[in-house]
Amino acid sequence: MFVKQLSVFLENTEGRLDEVLKILAQGGIDLLSASLADTMEYGVLRLISKEPDKAKQILKEAGFAARIDEVIAVVVPDAVGSLAKVVGMIHAAGINISYIYGLSIDGEGAPIAIKTDDNAKAEGLLNAAGVTTLGMEDLQ
Amino acid sequence: MIWNEAKECMSRDEIEALQSARLVKVVNRVYHNVEYYRKKMQAVGLEPGDIKGIEDLDKLPYTTYQDLRDTYPFGLAAVPKSEMVRVHASSGTTGKPKIAVYTRRDIDIWAECVARCLSMAGITRDDIIQVGYGYGLFTGGLGAHYGAEYLGALVLPMSTGNTQKLIDMMIDCDVTSIACTPSYLLHVAEDLEKAGLIDKIKLKSAICGAEPWTDEMRDQMESRLHIKAYDIYGLTEMMGPGVACDCEYHRGLHIWEDHFLPEIIDPVTLKQLPKGSDGELVITNLTKEGMPLIRYRTKDLTSIQYDKCECGRTMARIQRFRGRSDDMLIIRGVNVFPSQVEAALLTVEGTTPHYMLVVDRVDNTDTLEVQVEVAENFFTDEIKSLEKLSKTVHDKLKMAIGLNAKVKLVEPNGLEHFDGKSKHVTDKRKLYQ
Ligand SMILES: [Zn+2]
Repeated sequence: MFVKQLSVFLENTEGRLDEVLKILAQGGIDLLSASLADTMEYGVLRLISKEPDKAKQILKEAGFAARIDEVIAVVVPDAVGSLAKVVGMIHAAGINISYIYGLSIDGEGAPIAIKTDDNAKAEGLLNAAGVTTLGMEDLQ
Repeated sequence: MIWNEAKECMSRDEIEALQSARLVKVVNRVYHNVEYYRKKMQAVGLEPGDIKGIEDLDKLPYTTYQDLRDTYPFGLAAVPKSEMVRVHASSGTTGKPKIAVYTRRDIDIWAECVARCLSMAGITRDDIIQVGYGYGLFTGGLGAHYGAEYLGALVLPMSTGNTQKLIDMMIDCDVTSIACTPSYLLHVAEDLEKAGLIDKIKLKSAICGAEPWTDEMRDQMESRLHIKAYDIYGLTEMMGPGVACDCEYHRGLHIWEDHFLPEIIDPVTLKQLPKGSDGELVITNLTKEGMPLIRYRTKDLTSIQYDKCECGRTMARIQRFRGRSDDMLIIRGVNVFPSQVEAALLTVEGTTPHYMLVVDRVDNTDTLEVQVEVAENFFTDEIKSLEKLSKTVHDKLKMAIGLNAKVKLVEPNGLEHFDGKSKHVTDKRKLYQ
């Protein structure tokens, strides 16, 4: 049960971020979450929506490099040290975390997106420890 | 087999003596018969008597594409129209075509030059050869045709445009050799493979030219068609195909030095360079009557080897072309060709991304920025992979051109897409104004 994440390459983040968001809004894409990772030169915008494939098509047609990857959407319980526990479990299993960011999805706890180099194994061990993860159908 | 051993295997002394005698003659002819040349020589204070042999070659002014345009069509002809028997032309990228004028003797010499090349490729009068170059103003079709006939081979003048007929007749007539462009031959190979007809052909050799090709293409042709493939070089301005050709040892293209006098110059200083140097190939027509060109700048960058070849020929060998001098950039004193950058990028992900070289001068120092388009296949969602991509590009370029370039990743279609080459460069230094 993963969530599909759409990422977009931005040559210069300042001007283009605005443009990407406008194009998606015009295309009727409802964004649930956005996270920007940038360097001095360029940035990668990571987006979660209910219609990632449609969003990708819209951006492709507008000339952007976009791709879809799966990320684990973890519901971190509202308790001190919960996030540390989640990250600790993944590390202990020898799985590398590529990046992590908060998701603004309504519901219990604090949902976060985690991309690892072995999503299936990471999700499996989290679920076995009683941690809830979300799928596309949970994005409402 | 060596077609004309007396000429192709002359000693260096004999070659140079012959070249000197012929150079003196041709310089006299153009001085007296071509006003344009006479004026050019007079402008630098030269008289025909000043040219006593090939040691004086570097006193003569160059001839360029621009001169051909300025004198189009017959301004450089050295014979009256009654002596001319044919015109060929190649399309220039802009403006008027480059044309060449031939006398009957020119056509004969051309045929012999091509016959020498075909002979080098092992073709004899017992061979059946298809000419798959276009027939017309383009020199490829008629040039290869006359040469093959001169040799005594049986010629099928296929021209271009009907691959099915070419394949049918190749099989029906037991064709043993083909002359065409390398890319067309690979296309033919593909069609033969698709039709399952590879076993039905009797092809032994191919003489390919009119466009640059690589060793990898040679390997493909040879292994897919079970043939030997040879590279033939020529320019319409000088004659057409058959100026030079490679022998079975593939150590460069033997140039027929009794008809063409090659030299290497520095394309920037325009000084003649010592034998063996890298630079621009310049050729002088030694025997052409119709429109002899003196020190014609080919713009092709290469070097020439003069040692005797294993095949027994002494005729000098033009080495692999490294690019065109009109594409060359000089950055911090280093010669850089867009083709080198392209080759380096090709090794990054197995595909050439769109790119642009931006050269600038900041505080009197040249800067090179290489913009690489992040197309879908290059894009990843992880910053560290993108950083790795830029670093790989940087390192490959450093290895290929010896310069530290700034690599900038740009959005797809952020760069203008050009069909032609040499549009991969933006030079912001105002060096030539
Ligand atoms: Zn040889």
